[in-house]
Amino acid sequence: MPAISFQSVSKAYPSPKGPKGSTFLALDRVSLDIEEGEFFGLLGPNGAGKTTMISILAGLARANGGQVSVLGHDVQRDYAKARRALGVVPQELVFDPFFNVREALRIQSGYFGVKNNEAWIDELLESLGLADKATANMRQLSGGMKRRVLVAQALVHKPAVIVLDEPTAGVDVELRQTLWQFIAKLNKQGHTVLLTTHYLEEAEALCGRIAMLKNGRIVALDHTSELLKAASSNVLRFKLDGVLPKMLADQARVTGRIVQFPAHDALEIERYLSAVREAGLVAQDVEIRKADLEDVFLDVMQQHRSADAEVMA
Amino acid sequence: MNGWQTLLYKEIWRFWKVSFQTVAGPVLTALLYLLIFGHALEAHVKVYGTVSYTAFLVPGLAMMSLLQNAFANSSSSLIMSKVMGNLVFLLLTPLSYMNWFVAYVGASVVRGLVVGAGVFAVSAFFTEVSFVAPLWIAAFAVLGAALMGTLGLIAGLWAEKFDQLAAFQNFVIMPMTFLSGVFYSIHSLPAVWQTVSHLNPFFYMIDGFRYGFFGVGDVSPWLSLAVVSGTLLVVSGIAIHLLRSGYKLRT
Repeated sequence: MPAISFQSVSKAYPSPKGPKGSTFLALDRVSLDIEEGEFFGLLGPNGAGKTTMISILAGLARANGGQVSVLGHDVQRDYAKARRALGVVPQELVFDPFFNVREALRIQSGYFGVKNNEAWIDELLESLGLADKATANMRQLSGGMKRRVLVAQALVHKPAVIVLDEPTAGVDVELRQTLWQFIAKLNKQGHTVLLTTHYLEEAEALCGRIAMLKNGRIVALDHTSELLKAASSNVLRFKLDGVLPKMLADQARVTGRIVQFPAHDALEIERYLSAVREAGLVAQDVEIRKADLEDVFLDVMQQHRSADAEVMA
Repeated sequence: MNGWQTLLYKEIWRFWKVSFQTVAGPVLTALLYLLIFGHALEAHVKVYGTVSYTAFLVPGLAMMSLLQNAFANSSSSLIMSKVMGNLVFLLLTPLSYMNWFVAYVGASVVRGLVVGAGVFAVSAFFTEVSFVAPLWIAAFAVLGAALMGTLGLIAGLWAEKFDQLAAFQNFVIMPMTFLSGVFYSIHSLPAVWQTVSHLNPFFYMIDGFRYGFFGVGDVSPWLSLAVVSGTLLVVSGIAIHLLRSGYKLRT
């Protein structure tokens, strides 16, 4: 039995721009099974449908079609069992200003009917570096600390399935490391983890399997190692002082002064470098590296942009 | 504690943590009404023939404070959680819609009763209050608080911004409470306004409650009980339906 199952799930929202009554499709017949014990990554650009998938899974939104279940429990018909099995770290940094950290965790335990949970609450506080903030009011905590409390709240009922919706957005390196060590430990103990993130190096390091989502559809789904293997090539990387001509820029990933081209062989590398030279530019700090998940991601998104364009034409 | 008990406890704890604002404030307001209106009218007005105006005013003020605070509890808790986004912690739990209903309305009843009792406690320093029929007092206090807690729940679910909730409070709840006979017996009104008052369910809550103190009312306490219970059933049905359908909670 899969830990999480999406079967042909669609979701339409009222369109904010179109005429009254029009809708846009946030999810389009998405099917996906995540097995128990997996560390699974859900990637995609903003608006691809990641948070919609998580909202439907958590019961915050209702699908217009298809079925979603957690450990075999339908998230609508059997919502109490599904939600007991699920711990969700929401994307928004939200908190209840009336309570301190320990009180918030006790209340969250109580909602799930968990009694005598102090030992686990203490362990959560310790593992997430919150022990000295236990009696601090939520309002007094920094953004990073509030994020840690959100993680603790999601885990307070020891859910079999943990869902993290961009848990490291805007948080410091220390928290990321603390968080990933703890989540990896829980995953080793058998907890299933579903992660969405924009930090692709995190997904590459942590996730056994990855799905890439675009415009409400799954456009890639495989083991992380297979996705990396299937990556077309190596990457030619250099720094540039001037502006790359448009024809070249369209094929490259440009981050400030850093330019990266996917390159299959030496001939292609030579061709790029000579094109740069002909444009009157000088490439500095030239290096060739293996493709990483970010390259794969951009490649997949690019392919589907071309495919979408063809369909439109 | 199980899930709904935790939510009930949390909702009580929430208002108790700011009890200066949620309990002491309303008690002081009621006390000011009592002192000012009592002072101005005590010498001029007798109600039901023999009851002094201050003594007449106390149950009405207590009930008005009770009703307004019961409404404020569920409505302000919900709108704050919605605006701040922390309602998600509750939406992610296995709590059923009936659990939500019982906990939010239950906490409203508790706050209403605490404030109502507070108004009595301070009023006792200024006038003597009789308790002719305590069961009627208890019945109308609990039913009235439940009715207003439920209305607060509906308003809290409906409102998306604080000013929408304030509009509901200022343009619906306040006029209906002030025009329900808190400050006067409706027998002192012209016939037309007596008829209009009979259409206001708040009138029955106050009148039935007051009957428990003096053994006299503008209408029979049984009629008041029937109207208040019927209204409670109707608004509860609406609130439960909204919660079950996830109205403005789940997209």
